[in-house]
Amino acid sequence: MAINWFKYSAPSTFYALTGKLAPWFAWSSAILFAVGLYIGFFVAPTDAQQSEAYRIIFIHVPASIMSMFVYLVMAGYAALGLIFNTRLSSMMASALAPTGALFAFISLWTGALWGKPMWGTWWVWDARLTSELILLFLYLGFIALHASIDDPRRADRASALLAIIGSVNVPIIYFSVKWWNTLHQGATIKFTGTSMHAAMQQAMFIVLLACWFYAIAVALTRVRSIILERECNNQWVQELPEVRL
Amino acid sequence: MNWGEFFAMKGYGFYVWGSYGVTLLIFIMEALLVRHKRKVTLQQLRLLRDAEKEE
Repeated sequence: MAINWFKYSAPSTFYALTGKLAPWFAWSSAILFAVGLYIGFFVAPTDAQQSEAYRIIFIHVPASIMSMFVYLVMAGYAALGLIFNTRLSSMMASALAPTGALFAFISLWTGALWGKPMWGTWWVWDARLTSELILLFLYLGFIALHASIDDPRRADRASALLAIIGSVNVPIIYFSVKWWNTLHQGATIKFTGTSMHAAMQQAMFIVLLACWFYAIAVALTRVRSIILERECNNQWVQELPEVRL
Repeated sequence: MNWGEFFAMKGYGFYVWGSYGVTLLIFIMEALLVRHKRKVTLQQLRLLRDAEKEE
């Protein structure tokens, strides 16, 4: 079956499609969270070195991965919008930014709560932590810059530039534990595999998938409002049953 | 294993539940905000349409 992907680059068809998809992603995410955390708390064994404190890993690592992944997706959409002048790509970038920022915050927050009992400090100006903090500021900068320009198309272009330049930071975060001698431990998931216990790995990957579906559900719901706002003068918006009420 | 022991997390309860609690709060808050935003947007569209009708 051939799918005409270009069909969905039109805001009207994309709006209809996302209305059907978002609830599925939301429910799948809730189920995956329940399964992942069940394995994480009831199946995965106690860690020999870190006792029960290590269980923070099941949210810390997925949130950190998501904060970087969402940023790259956001920058990718922003770049598409900048190069091909497609409205919908820029709207997707705007829809992803708040969710990415929240993942970056969760990463820092859970990291602080893990750092205190293990390192004896909530925060250090270590390369990994600092570059993750910069990622949070990049998200906030993207949101603030977009909000500060009245003309949405100009706002798209300016914030796209910021997003693209800022994406240099993502590989810096990833490789920071290798390039610098940091307090933060090395990568949990390497391209060559991981040394974790099987149940721990399962829990982490399932929660990662849950976070991924959560981000999709929230971003799609948010982009639907953005589409309505920015396409409000179009006939198809005014003919929607939810608007005609 | 009893529940008291489970929530104590061998003395790390504050850190573990502080992590998951705040994360859950953020997810719920964001989901509610996104739904609220949709409601407000639809309301505004209807107001805009009604204003145009009156003109």
